[in-house]
Amino acid sequence: MAFDSISAFIVMGGHGPYVWTCYAVFVLALLGLGVWSRRQRNTVLRTQKRQMDLEQNGRVTDKPAPASFTRIHPS
Amino acid sequence: MNSEAPEMTLAAVRVPVWRAMAAIIRRDLRASLRQRQDLLNPLLFFFMVVTLFPLGVSPEVSFLQQAGTGILWVAALLSTLLSLDHLFRHDFDDGTLEQMMLQPQPLFLLVLAKSLAHWLLTGLPLVMLAPVLGIMLHLDGNSIGILCLTLLIGTPVLSLIGAIGAALTLGLRAGGVLLSLLIIPLYIPVLIFGTGTVAAASNGAPVGGYLALMMAFLVLAVTLAPFASAAALKISLSNS
Amino acid sequence: MWQFIRQLFHKFGSPKWFYGIASKMMPWLLAIGLILLLAGLVWGLAFAPAERLQGNSYRIIFIHVPSAFLAQSIYIMMAVAAVVTLVWRMKLADLFVRAVAPVGAVLTFLALFTGAVWGKPTWGTWWVWDARLTSMLILLFLYFGVIVLMSAIADEKSSARGVAVLVLVGVVNIPIIKYSVEWWNTLHQPATFKLTEKPSMAPEMWVPLLFAVLGLYLLFGWLACLRMQTEILKRERRTRWVRDLAAAGGN
Repeated sequence: MAFDSISAFIVMGGHGPYVWTCYAVFVLALLGLGVWSRRQRNTVLRTQKRQMDLEQNGRVTDKPAPASFTRIHPS
Repeated sequence: MNSEAPEMTLAAVRVPVWRAMAAIIRRDLRASLRQRQDLLNPLLFFFMVVTLFPLGVSPEVSFLQQAGTGILWVAALLSTLLSLDHLFRHDFDDGTLEQMMLQPQPLFLLVLAKSLAHWLLTGLPLVMLAPVLGIMLHLDGNSIGILCLTLLIGTPVLSLIGAIGAALTLGLRAGGVLLSLLIIPLYIPVLIFGTGTVAAASNGAPVGGYLALMMAFLVLAVTLAPFASAAALKISLSNS
Repeated sequence: MWQFIRQLFHKFGSPKWFYGIASKMMPWLLAIGLILLLAGLVWGLAFAPAERLQGNSYRIIFIHVPSAFLAQSIYIMMAVAAVVTLVWRMKLADLFVRAVAPVGAVLTFLALFTGAVWGKPTWGTWWVWDARLTSMLILLFLYFGVIVLMSAIADEKSSARGVAVLVLVGVVNIPIIKYSVEWWNTLHQPATFKLTEKPSMAPEMWVPLLFAVLGLYLLFGWLACLRMQTEILKRERRTRWVRDLAAAGGN
Protein backbone atom coordinates (compact mmCIF):
# COMPACT_ATOMS: atom_id res chain seq x y z
CA MET A 1 0.00 0.00 0.00
CA ALA A 2 1.42 3.34 -1.06
CA PHE A 3 -0.78 5.25 1.37
CA ASP A 4 -0.75 5.44 5.15
CA SER A 5 -4.49 5.51 5.67
CA ILE A 6 -7.79 5.27 3.85
CA SER A 7 -8.29 9.02 4.01
CA ALA A 8 -4.86 9.61 2.48
CA PHE A 9 -5.86 7.15 -0.23
CA ILE A 10 -8.99 9.14 -0.99
CA VAL A 11 -7.34 12.58 -0.84
CA MET A 12 -4.30 11.40 -2.87
CA GLY A 13 -2.19 14.32 -1.78
CA GLY A 14 -4.62 16.86 -3.17
CA HIS A 15 -5.06 15.13 -6.51
CA GLY A 16 -7.99 13.03 -5.33
CA PRO A 17 -10.78 14.82 -7.24
CA TYR A 18 -8.94 14.51 -10.56
CA VAL A 19 -7.99 10.88 -10.13
CA TRP A 20 -11.37 9.80 -8.85
CA THR A 21 -13.32 11.68 -11.52
CA CYS A 22 -11.29 9.96 -14.19
CA TYR A 23 -11.80 6.54 -12.70
CA ALA A 24 -15.50 7.14 -12.15
CA VAL A 25 -16.06 8.29 -15.74
CA PHE A 26 -14.00 5.39 -17.06
CA VAL A 27 -15.93 2.78 -15.08
CA LEU A 28 -19.29 4.36 -15.86
CA ALA A 29 -18.57 4.61 -19.58
CA LEU A 30 -17.43 1.00 -19.83
CA LEU A 31 -20.32 -0.20 -17.70
CA GLY A 32 -22.75 1.80 -19.80
CA LEU A 33 -21.30 0.41 -22.99
CA GLY A 34 -21.58 -3.14 -21.70
CA VAL A 35 -25.13 -2.79 -20.41
CA TRP A 36 -26.28 -0.93 -23.50
CA SER A 37 -24.79 -3.53 -25.86
CA ARG A 38 -26.32 -6.39 -23.88
CA ARG A 39 -29.70 -4.78 -23.83
CA GLN A 40 -29.53 -4.16 -27.57
CA ARG A 41 -28.93 -7.82 -28.27
CA ASN A 42 -31.69 -8.94 -25.97
CA THR A 43 -34.09 -6.43 -27.52
CA VAL A 44 -33.43 -7.82 -30.97
CA LEU A 45 -34.13 -11.32 -29.74
CA ARG A 46 -37.26 -10.26 -27.91
CA THR A 47 -38.75 -8.34 -30.82
CA GLN A 48 -38.05 -11.31 -33.05
CA LYS A 49 -39.85 -13.58 -30.62
CA ARG A 50 -42.80 -11.23 -30.41
CA GLN A 51 -42.97 -11.07 -34.17
CA MET A 52 -42.94 -14.83 -34.39
CA ASP A 53 -45.69 -15.10 -31.79
CA LEU A 54 -47.75 -12.64 -33.74
CA GLU A 55 -47.18 -14.57 -36.93
CA GLN A 56 -48.11 -17.81 -35.26
CA ASN A 57 -51.28 -16.38 -33.79
CA GLY A 58 -52.03 -14.80 -37.12
CA ARG A 59 -51.66 -18.12 -38.87
CA VAL A 60 -54.03 -19.77 -36.41
CA THR A 61 -56.76 -17.24 -37.19
CA ASP A 62 -55.86 -17.19 -40.85
CA LYS A 63 -57.73 -20.44 -41.59
CA PRO A 64 -59.95 -20.33 -44.64
CA ALA A 65 -62.94 -18.40 -43.42
CA PRO A 66 -66.36 -19.99 -43.60
CA ALA A 67 -68.12 -19.36 -46.86
CA SER A 68 -69.54 -15.92 -47.09
CA PHE A 69 -71.20 -13.79 -49.68
CA THR A 70 -68.24 -11.46 -50.06
CA ARG A 71 -65.65 -14.12 -50.70
CA ILE A 72 -65.48 -15.53 -54.17
CA HIS A 73 -63.66 -18.75 -55.00
CA PRO A 74 -63.47 -19.11 -58.74
CA SER A 75 -62.85 -22.60 -60.16
CA MET B 1 -17.46 -5.69 -65.78
CA ASN B 2 -14.09 -6.71 -67.11
CA SER B 3 -15.45 -9.78 -68.83
CA GLU B 4 -17.23 -7.62 -71.39
CA ALA B 5 -14.01 -5.88 -72.29
CA PRO B 6 -13.55 -7.39 -75.78
CA GLU B 7 -16.59 -5.57 -77.23
CA MET B 8 -15.31 -2.31 -75.89
CA THR B 9 -11.73 -2.46 -77.04
CA LEU B 10 -12.67 -0.90 -80.34
CA ALA B 11 -13.86 2.24 -78.57
CA ALA B 12 -10.86 2.15 -76.29
CA VAL B 13 -8.53 2.15 -79.24
CA ARG B 14 -10.37 5.00 -80.79
CA VAL B 15 -10.37 7.24 -77.70
CA PRO B 16 -7.12 7.26 -75.75
CA VAL B 17 -7.30 7.89 -72.03
CA TRP B 18 -5.75 11.30 -72.09
CA ARG B 19 -8.21 12.48 -74.68
CA ALA B 20 -11.13 11.22 -72.61
CA MET B 21 -9.73 13.06 -69.60
CA ALA B 22 -9.27 16.23 -71.60
CA ALA B 23 -12.82 15.94 -72.86
CA ILE B 24 -14.13 15.67 -69.31
CA ILE B 25 -12.14 18.67 -68.18
CA ARG B 26 -13.25 20.70 -71.18
CA ARG B 27 -16.85 19.71 -70.64
CA ASP B 28 -16.81 20.58 -66.93
CA LEU B 29 -15.18 23.91 -67.60
CA ARG B 30 -17.66 24.78 -70.29
CA ALA B 31 -20.64 23.68 -68.21
CA SER B 32 -19.68 25.82 -65.26
CA LEU B 33 -18.76 28.79 -67.42
CA ARG B 34 -22.33 28.69 -68.64
CA GLN B 35 -23.65 28.45 -65.08
CA ARG B 36 -21.55 31.16 -63.56
CA GLN B 37 -23.26 30.79 -60.21
CA ASP B 38 -21.30 27.69 -59.27
CA LEU B 39 -18.11 29.39 -60.24
CA LEU B 40 -18.75 32.58 -58.30
CA ASN B 41 -20.35 31.28 -55.13
CA PRO B 42 -17.25 29.76 -53.52
CA LEU B 43 -15.29 32.90 -54.30
CA LEU B 44 -17.90 35.17 -52.74
CA PHE B 45 -18.06 32.86 -49.76
CA PHE B 46 -14.28 33.01 -49.44
CA PHE B 47 -14.37 36.80 -49.50
CA MET B 48 -17.17 37.06 -46.97
CA VAL B 49 -15.70 34.61 -44.48
CA VAL B 50 -12.41 36.48 -44.54
CA THR B 51 -14.29 39.74 -43.94
CA LEU B 52 -15.94 38.28 -40.87
CA PHE B 53 -12.68 37.99 -38.97
CA PRO B 54 -11.67 41.66 -38.74
CA LEU B 55 -15.31 42.44 -37.92
CA GLY B 56 -15.74 39.65 -35.43
CA VAL B 57 -12.37 39.54 -33.72
CA SER B 58 -10.30 42.65 -34.24
CA PRO B 59 -9.23 44.94 -37.08
CA GLU B 60 -5.88 45.61 -35.38
CA VAL B 61 -2.94 45.30 -37.70
CA SER B 62 -0.93 43.14 -35.31
CA PHE B 63 -3.72 40.60 -34.91
CA LEU B 64 -4.47 40.44 -38.62
CA GLN B 65 -0.81 40.05 -39.48
CA GLN B 66 -0.50 37.17 -37.10
CA ALA B 67 -3.77 35.41 -37.89
CA GLY B 68 -4.08 36.38 -41.56
CA THR B 69 -2.58 33.23 -43.05
CA GLY B 70 -4.70 31.02 -40.87
CA ILE B 71 -7.84 32.95 -41.73
CA LEU B 72 -7.16 32.75 -45.45
CA TRP B 73 -6.35 29.08 -45.32
CA VAL B 74 -9.40 28.18 -43.24
CA ALA B 75 -11.64 30.26 -45.49
CA ALA B 76 -10.18 28.63 -48.61
CA LEU B 77 -10.71 25.21 -47.04
CA LEU B 78 -14.32 25.99 -46.17
CA SER B 79 -15.20 27.35 -49.57
CA THR B 80 -13.65 24.32 -51.25
CA LEU B 81 -15.75 22.19 -48.93
CA LEU B 82 -18.83 24.14 -49.94
CA SER B 83 -18.24 23.60 -53.62
CA LEU B 84 -17.58 19.86 -53.33
CA ASP B 85 -21.23 18.96 -53.15
CA HIS B 86 -21.61 19.91 -56.81
CA LEU B 87 -18.61 17.90 -57.93
CA PHE B 88 -20.55 14.80 -58.95
CA ARG B 89 -24.09 15.93 -58.22
CA HIS B 90 -25.06 17.25 -61.67
CA ASP B 91 -23.52 14.28 -63.45
CA PHE B 92 -25.24 11.98 -61.01
CA ASP B 93 -28.63 13.58 -61.56
CA ASP B 94 -28.54 13.51 -65.35
CA GLY B 95 -26.98 10.06 -65.65
CA THR B 96 -23.65 11.17 -67.08
CA LEU B 97 -21.87 9.46 -64.24
CA GLU B 98 -23.29 6.08 -65.15
CA GLN B 99 -22.16 6.57 -68.71
CA MET B 100 -18.74 7.47 -67.40
CA MET B 101 -18.56 4.25 -65.44
CA LEU B 102 -19.33 2.27 -68.57
CA GLN B 103 -16.45 3.85 -70.48
CA PRO B 104 -13.56 1.59 -71.39
CA GLN B 105 -11.14 4.09 -69.85
CA PRO B 106 -10.33 3.38 -66.20
CA LEU B 107 -12.71 5.23 -63.91
CA PHE B 108 -10.03 6.55 -61.57
CA LEU B 109 -8.43 8.52 -64.39
CA LEU B 110 -11.77 10.04 -65.30
CA VAL B 111 -12.28 10.91 -61.63
CA LEU B 112 -8.83 12.47 -61.61
CA ALA B 113 -9.88 14.59 -64.56
CA LYS B 114 -13.02 15.66 -62.74
CA SER B 115 -11.01 16.58 -59.64
CA LEU B 116 -8.64 18.56 -61.78
CA ALA B 117 -11.53 20.41 -63.39
CA HIS B 118 -12.92 21.12 -59.93
CA TRP B 119 -9.59 22.56 -58.89
CA LEU B 120 -9.38 24.73 -61.98
CA LEU B 121 -12.84 26.07 -61.22
CA THR B 122 -12.57 26.64 -57.46
CA GLY B 123 -9.01 26.21 -56.22
CA LEU B 124 -7.27 28.29 -58.83
CA PRO B 125 -9.62 31.31 -58.52
CA LEU B 126 -9.15 31.14 -54.74
CA VAL B 127 -5.39 31.27 -55.17
CA MET B 128 -5.75 34.25 -57.46
CA LEU B 129 -8.04 36.06 -55.05
CA ALA B 130 -5.81 35.34 -52.05
CA PRO B 131 -3.23 38.14 -52.63
CA VAL B 132 -5.97 40.79 -52.62
CA LEU B 133 -7.33 39.52 -49.33
CA GLY B 134 -3.77 39.14 -48.04
CA ILE B 135 -3.19 42.85 -48.60
CA MET B 136 -6.45 43.64 -46.83
CA LEU B 137 -5.23 41.58 -43.87
CA HIS B 138 -1.94 43.52 -43.81
CA LEU B 139 0.24 40.54 -44.67
CA ASP B 140 3.66 41.49 -45.98
CA GLY B 141 4.73 40.73 -49.51
CA ASN B 142 6.90 37.76 -48.69
CA SER B 143 4.15 36.11 -46.66
CA ILE B 144 1.63 36.66 -49.44
CA GLY B 145 3.97 35.07 -51.94
CA ILE B 146 4.54 32.00 -49.79
CA LEU B 147 0.85 31.85 -48.93
CA CYS B 148 -0.11 31.76 -52.59
CA LEU B 149 2.49 29.10 -53.22
CA THR B 150 1.13 26.91 -50.40
CA LEU B 151 -2.42 27.48 -51.61
CA LEU B 152 -1.35 26.58 -55.11
CA ILE B 153 0.06 23.28 -53.90
CA GLY B 154 -2.55 22.70 -51.21
CA THR B 155 -5.86 23.37 -52.95
CA PRO B 156 -5.49 20.52 -55.47
CA VAL B 157 -5.03 18.22 -52.48
CA LEU B 158 -8.25 19.60 -51.05
CA SER B 159 -10.08 18.92 -54.32
CA LEU B 160 -8.68 15.40 -54.60
CA ILE B 161 -9.46 14.38 -51.04
CA GLY B 162 -12.80 16.12 -51.22
CA ALA B 163 -13.73 14.06 -54.25
CA ILE B 164 -13.62 10.96 -52.06
CA GLY B 165 -16.14 12.46 -49.68
CA ALA B 166 -18.30 13.75 -52.50
CA ALA B 167 -18.35 10.29 -54.06
CA LEU B 168 -19.17 8.59 -50.75
CA THR B 169 -22.07 10.90 -49.92
CA LEU B 170 -23.47 10.97 -53.44
CA GLY B 171 -27.22 10.53 -53.43
CA LEU B 172 -27.55 10.68 -49.66
CA ARG B 173 -30.10 13.00 -48.17
CA ALA B 174 -27.90 14.90 -45.71
CA GLY B 175 -25.09 14.94 -48.25
CA GLY B 176 -23.64 18.40 -47.69
CA VAL B 177 -23.17 18.38 -43.93
CA LEU B 178 -22.17 14.75 -43.94
CA LEU B 179 -19.52 15.48 -46.53
CA SER B 180 -17.99 18.14 -44.29
CA LEU B 181 -17.95 15.81 -41.30
CA LEU B 182 -16.15 13.12 -43.26
CA ILE B 183 -13.65 15.37 -44.97
CA ILE B 184 -12.59 17.99 -42.43
CA PRO B 185 -10.40 15.62 -40.37
CA LEU B 186 -8.63 14.59 -43.56
CA TYR B 187 -7.93 18.22 -44.43
CA ILE B 188 -6.09 18.94 -41.21
CA PRO B 189 -2.55 17.98 -42.34
CA VAL B 190 -2.80 20.19 -45.43
CA LEU B 191 -4.03 23.08 -43.30
CA ILE B 192 -1.25 22.61 -40.77
CA PHE B 193 1.47 22.56 -43.38
CA GLY B 194 -0.07 25.33 -45.41
CA THR B 195 -0.17 27.78 -42.53
CA GLY B 196 2.96 26.42 -40.89
CA THR B 197 5.04 27.03 -43.97
CA VAL B 198 4.02 30.68 -44.07
CA ALA B 199 4.68 31.03 -40.35
CA ALA B 200 8.13 29.53 -40.80
CA ALA B 201 8.80 31.89 -43.69
CA SER B 202 7.84 34.94 -41.65
CA ASN B 203 10.24 33.75 -38.94
CA GLY B 204 12.96 33.75 -41.55
CA ALA B 205 13.36 30.00 -41.72
CA PRO B 206 14.00 28.32 -45.09
CA VAL B 207 10.75 26.91 -46.45
CA GLY B 208 12.02 24.71 -49.28
CA GLY B 209 11.69 21.58 -47.19
CA TYR B 210 8.14 22.35 -46.16
CA LEU B 211 7.11 23.10 -49.70
CA ALA B 212 8.66 19.83 -50.78
CA LEU B 213 6.63 18.07 -48.11
CA MET B 214 3.47 19.69 -49.38
CA MET B 215 4.40 18.56 -52.86
CA ALA B 216 4.73 15.07 -51.41
CA PHE B 217 1.17 15.40 -50.08
CA LEU B 218 0.05 16.43 -53.53
CA VAL B 219 1.78 13.50 -55.19
CA LEU B 220 0.31 11.14 -52.63
CA ALA B 221 -3.16 12.59 -53.15
CA VAL B 222 -2.88 12.41 -56.94
CA THR B 223 -1.82 8.78 -56.84
CA LEU B 224 -4.15 7.47 -54.13
CA ALA B 225 -7.26 9.64 -53.88
CA PRO B 226 -8.66 8.91 -57.38
CA PHE B 227 -8.68 5.19 -56.59
CA ALA B 228 -10.66 5.78 -53.42
CA SER B 229 -13.04 8.16 -55.20
CA ALA B 230 -13.58 5.73 -58.04
CA ALA B 231 -14.30 2.90 -55.59
CA ALA B 232 -16.68 5.14 -53.67
CA LEU B 233 -18.44 6.20 -56.89
CA LYS B 234 -18.97 2.61 -57.90
CA ILE B 235 -20.44 1.88 -54.48
CA SER B 236 -22.70 4.91 -54.52
CA LEU B 237 -23.98 4.17 -57.98
CA SER B 238 -24.54 0.47 -57.39
CA ASN B 239 -27.55 1.04 -55.14
CA SER B 240 -29.24 3.93 -56.83
CA MET C 1 -3.55 -27.32 -46.37
CA TRP C 2 -5.13 -24.99 -48.92
CA GLN C 3 -8.37 -26.89 -48.56
CA PHE C 4 -8.24 -26.42 -44.81
CA ILE C 5 -7.68 -22.68 -45.13
CA ARG C 6 -10.57 -22.43 -47.51
CA GLN C 7 -12.80 -24.32 -45.16
CA LEU C 8 -11.80 -22.03 -42.32
CA PHE C 9 -12.47 -19.05 -44.53
CA HIS C 10 -15.96 -20.27 -45.33
CA LYS C 11 -16.58 -20.91 -41.68
CA PHE C 12 -15.54 -17.38 -40.87
CA GLY C 13 -17.98 -16.26 -43.48
CA SER C 14 -20.80 -17.96 -41.65
CA PRO C 15 -22.49 -15.71 -39.12
CA LYS C 16 -24.17 -18.65 -37.46
CA TRP C 17 -20.86 -20.33 -36.77
CA PHE C 18 -19.43 -17.13 -35.39
CA TYR C 19 -22.44 -16.60 -33.15
CA GLY C 20 -21.83 -19.97 -31.51
CA ILE C 21 -18.10 -19.46 -31.10
CA ALA C 22 -18.65 -15.98 -29.68
CA SER C 23 -21.16 -17.31 -27.17
CA LYS C 24 -18.59 -19.82 -26.00
CA MET C 25 -15.75 -17.33 -25.71
CA MET C 26 -17.60 -14.44 -24.17
CA PRO C 27 -17.78 -15.58 -20.52
CA TRP C 28 -14.02 -16.20 -20.55
CA LEU C 29 -13.21 -12.88 -22.15
CA LEU C 30 -15.43 -11.07 -19.67
CA ALA C 31 -14.12 -12.86 -16.59
CA ILE C 32 -10.41 -12.74 -17.39
CA GLY C 33 -10.67 -9.21 -18.73
CA LEU C 34 -12.43 -7.96 -15.63
CA ILE C 35 -9.97 -9.68 -13.31
CA LEU C 36 -6.94 -8.29 -15.13
CA LEU C 37 -8.36 -4.81 -15.40
CA LEU C 38 -9.42 -4.71 -11.77
CA ALA C 39 -6.07 -6.05 -10.65
CA GLY C 40 -4.24 -3.49 -12.72
CA LEU C 41 -6.39 -0.61 -11.53
CA VAL C 42 -6.33 -1.54 -7.84
CA TRP C 43 -2.60 -2.11 -7.99
CA GLY C 44 -2.09 1.16 -9.78
CA LEU C 45 -4.39 3.13 -7.52
CA ALA C 46 -3.37 1.83 -4.15
CA PHE C 47 -0.05 0.04 -4.33
CA ALA C 48 2.10 1.61 -7.01
CA PRO C 49 4.42 4.26 -5.61
CA ALA C 50 3.70 7.92 -6.27
CA GLU C 51 5.55 9.51 -9.15
CA ARG C 52 8.43 11.81 -8.36
CA LEU C 53 7.29 14.87 -10.29
CA GLN C 54 3.55 14.55 -10.61
CA GLY C 55 2.69 12.98 -7.28
CA ASN C 56 -0.51 11.00 -7.28
CA SER C 57 -2.15 12.56 -10.30
CA TYR C 58 -0.10 10.26 -12.51
CA ARG C 59 -2.34 7.38 -11.39
CA ILE C 60 -4.67 8.46 -14.18
CA ILE C 61 -2.14 6.81 -16.48
CA PHE C 62 -3.59 3.41 -15.64
CA ILE C 63 -6.78 4.29 -17.47
CA HIS C 64 -5.51 6.95 -19.85
CA VAL C 65 -2.92 4.82 -21.60
CA PRO C 66 -5.07 1.70 -21.99
CA SER C 67 -7.91 3.79 -23.44
CA ALA C 68 -5.62 5.63 -25.83
CA PHE C 69 -3.89 2.41 -26.82
CA LEU C 70 -7.11 0.64 -27.53
CA ALA C 71 -8.68 3.61 -29.27
CA GLN C 72 -5.87 3.56 -31.80
CA SER C 73 -5.67 -0.16 -32.26
CA ILE C 74 -9.43 -0.43 -32.75
CA TYR C 75 -9.12 1.87 -35.74
CA ILE C 76 -6.32 -0.27 -37.13
CA MET C 77 -8.42 -3.40 -36.62
CA MET C 78 -11.30 -1.69 -38.39
CA ALA C 79 -8.98 -0.92 -41.29
CA VAL C 80 -7.96 -4.58 -41.55
CA ALA C 81 -11.61 -5.56 -41.49
CA ALA C 82 -12.30 -2.94 -44.15
CA VAL C 83 -9.72 -4.53 -46.46
CA VAL C 84 -11.37 -7.90 -45.91
CA THR C 85 -14.77 -6.36 -46.66
CA LEU C 86 -13.61 -4.81 -49.90
CA VAL C 87 -11.49 -7.69 -51.17
CA TRP C 88 -13.39 -10.77 -50.07
CA ARG C 89 -16.79 -9.23 -49.34
CA MET C 90 -16.90 -11.08 -46.06
CA LYS C 91 -20.00 -10.18 -44.10
CA LEU C 92 -18.43 -10.71 -40.70
CA ALA C 93 -15.73 -8.13 -41.37
CA ASP C 94 -18.33 -5.48 -42.07
CA LEU C 95 -20.25 -6.52 -38.98
CA PHE C 96 -17.07 -6.07 -36.98
CA VAL C 97 -16.55 -2.52 -38.23
CA ARG C 98 -20.16 -1.69 -37.52
CA ALA C 99 -20.11 -3.20 -34.05
CA VAL C 100 -16.81 -1.76 -32.97
CA ALA C 101 -16.87 1.83 -34.23
CA PRO C 102 -18.97 3.19 -31.32
CA VAL C 103 -16.72 1.37 -28.85
CA GLY C 104 -13.71 3.00 -30.44
CA ALA C 105 -15.36 6.40 -30.22
CA VAL C 106 -16.13 5.93 -26.51
CA LEU C 107 -12.58 4.85 -25.77
CA THR C 108 -11.17 7.80 -27.70
CA PHE C 109 -13.43 10.07 -25.72
CA LEU C 110 -12.21 8.45 -22.48
CA ALA C 111 -8.60 8.96 -23.49
CA LEU C 112 -9.34 12.62 -24.22
CA PHE C 113 -11.30 13.12 -21.04
CA THR C 114 -8.72 11.52 -18.78
CA GLY C 115 -5.99 13.40 -20.60
CA ALA C 116 -7.78 16.69 -20.02
CA VAL C 117 -8.42 16.00 -16.34
CA TRP C 118 -4.83 14.88 -15.95
CA GLY C 119 -3.71 18.11 -17.57
CA LYS C 120 -5.37 20.22 -14.88
CA PRO C 121 -2.98 19.33 -12.01
CA THR C 122 0.02 18.90 -14.33
CA TRP C 123 -0.26 21.87 -16.68
CA GLY C 124 -2.73 23.98 -14.74
CA THR C 125 -5.36 24.00 -17.49
CA TRP C 126 -8.00 21.58 -18.61
CA TRP C 127 -6.99 21.61 -22.20
CA VAL C 128 -3.61 22.03 -23.79
CA TRP C 129 -3.14 21.80 -27.52
CA ASP C 130 -0.64 19.07 -26.94
CA ALA C 131 0.31 16.91 -29.91
CA ARG C 132 -1.09 13.71 -28.46
CA LEU C 133 -4.34 15.19 -27.24
CA THR C 134 -4.89 16.94 -30.55
CA SER C 135 -4.28 13.88 -32.66
CA MET C 136 -6.59 11.96 -30.34
CA LEU C 137 -9.25 14.60 -30.97
CA ILE C 138 -8.84 14.16 -34.71
CA LEU C 139 -9.11 10.41 -34.26
CA LEU C 140 -12.42 11.04 -32.49
CA PHE C 141 -13.57 13.04 -35.52
CA LEU C 142 -12.60 10.16 -37.77
CA TYR C 143 -14.66 7.78 -35.63
CA PHE C 144 -17.61 10.17 -35.78
CA GLY C 145 -17.33 10.29 -39.55
CA VAL C 146 -17.43 6.50 -39.77
CA ILE C 147 -20.41 6.27 -37.42
CA VAL C 148 -22.33 8.99 -39.24
CA LEU C 149 -21.71 7.49 -42.67
CA MET C 150 -22.68 4.07 -41.34
CA SER C 151 -26.11 5.28 -40.36
CA ALA C 152 -26.56 7.52 -43.40
CA ILE C 153 -26.39 4.83 -46.10
CA ALA C 154 -29.50 2.71 -45.89
CA ASP C 155 -28.54 -0.02 -48.33
CA GLU C 156 -26.75 -2.80 -46.51
CA LYS C 157 -24.19 -3.69 -49.13
CA SER C 158 -23.20 -0.22 -50.22
CA SER C 159 -23.11 0.91 -46.60
CA ALA C 160 -20.62 -1.84 -45.83
CA ARG C 161 -18.37 -0.97 -48.74
CA GLY C 162 -18.67 2.78 -48.42
CA VAL C 163 -17.73 2.65 -44.75
CA ALA C 164 -14.81 0.39 -45.62
CA VAL C 165 -13.51 2.92 -48.14
CA LEU C 166 -13.81 5.71 -45.59
CA VAL C 167 -12.02 3.69 -42.90
CA LEU C 168 -9.18 2.92 -45.29
CA VAL C 169 -8.84 6.54 -46.35
CA GLY C 170 -8.74 7.43 -42.66
CA VAL C 171 -6.10 4.88 -41.84
CA VAL C 172 -3.86 6.13 -44.63
CA ASN C 173 -4.26 9.60 -43.16
CA ILE C 174 -3.61 8.73 -39.54
CA PRO C 175 0.21 8.67 -39.77
CA ILE C 176 0.15 11.87 -41.81
CA ILE C 177 -2.12 13.55 -39.28
CA LYS C 178 0.05 12.37 -36.42
CA TYR C 179 3.21 13.59 -38.03
CA SER C 180 1.81 16.95 -39.02
CA VAL C 181 0.25 17.57 -35.62
CA GLU C 182 3.57 16.83 -33.96
CA TRP C 183 5.33 19.21 -36.29
CA TRP C 184 2.69 21.86 -35.69
CA ASN C 185 3.13 21.44 -31.96
CA THR C 186 6.87 22.01 -32.04
CA LEU C 187 6.29 25.03 -34.25
CA HIS C 188 3.90 26.70 -31.85
CA GLN C 189 4.93 25.62 -28.39
CA PRO C 190 8.06 23.65 -27.65
CA ALA C 191 7.03 20.66 -25.56
CA THR C 192 8.07 21.35 -22.01
CA PHE C 193 6.59 18.51 -20.06
CA LYS C 194 5.09 15.39 -21.56
CA LEU C 195 2.59 13.09 -20.02
CA THR C 196 3.64 9.45 -19.84
CA GLU C 197 7.37 9.68 -20.04
CA LYS C 198 8.68 6.23 -20.61
CA PRO C 199 12.15 6.12 -19.10
CA SER C 200 11.00 7.17 -15.65
CA MET C 201 8.58 4.27 -15.36
CA ALA C 202 9.54 1.85 -12.64
CA PRO C 203 8.43 -1.79 -12.90
CA GLU C 204 5.94 -1.21 -10.07
CA MET C 205 4.32 1.26 -12.42
CA TRP C 206 4.37 -0.43 -15.78
CA VAL C 207 3.39 -3.91 -14.65
CA PRO C 208 -0.04 -2.77 -13.42
CA LEU C 209 -0.29 -0.70 -16.58
CA LEU C 210 0.32 -3.80 -18.64
CA PHE C 211 -2.38 -5.62 -16.67
CA ALA C 212 -4.83 -2.82 -17.32
CA VAL C 213 -4.04 -2.76 -21.04
CA LEU C 214 -4.46 -6.52 -21.38
CA GLY C 215 -7.63 -6.48 -19.33
CA LEU C 216 -9.14 -3.73 -21.43
CA TYR C 217 -8.21 -5.62 -24.59
CA LEU C 218 -10.07 -8.69 -23.39
CA LEU C 219 -13.04 -6.61 -22.33
CA PHE C 220 -13.02 -5.06 -25.77
CA GLY C 221 -13.06 -8.58 -27.21
CA TRP C 222 -16.13 -9.33 -25.14
CA LEU C 223 -17.85 -6.13 -26.23
CA ALA C 224 -16.98 -6.77 -29.86
CA CYS C 225 -18.42 -10.31 -29.69
CA LEU C 226 -21.57 -9.08 -27.99
CA ARG C 227 -22.17 -6.25 -30.43
CA MET C 228 -21.38 -8.43 -33.43
CA GLN C 229 -23.94 -10.92 -32.17
CA THR C 230 -26.48 -8.11 -32.09
CA GLU C 231 -25.66 -7.15 -35.66
CA ILE C 232 -25.83 -10.78 -36.78
CA LEU C 233 -29.23 -11.20 -35.17
CA LYS C 234 -30.49 -8.06 -36.88
CA ARG C 235 -29.26 -9.18 -40.28
CA GLU C 236 -30.25 -12.81 -40.08
CA ARG C 237 -33.60 -12.11 -38.46
CA ARG C 238 -35.48 -14.21 -40.96
CA THR C 239 -33.26 -17.28 -40.97
CA ARG C 240 -34.25 -20.50 -39.32
CA TRP C 241 -31.52 -20.56 -36.68
CA VAL C 242 -32.24 -17.07 -35.40
CA ARG C 243 -35.93 -17.89 -35.16
CA ASP C 244 -35.10 -21.01 -33.20
CA LEU C 245 -32.80 -18.98 -30.99
CA ALA C 246 -35.43 -16.35 -30.36
CA ALA C 247 -38.00 -19.01 -29.60
CA ALA C 248 -35.62 -20.52 -27.05
CA GLY C 249 -35.21 -17.13 -25.39
CA GLY C 250 -31.67 -16.42 -26.55
CA ASN C 251 -29.91 -19.52 -25.28
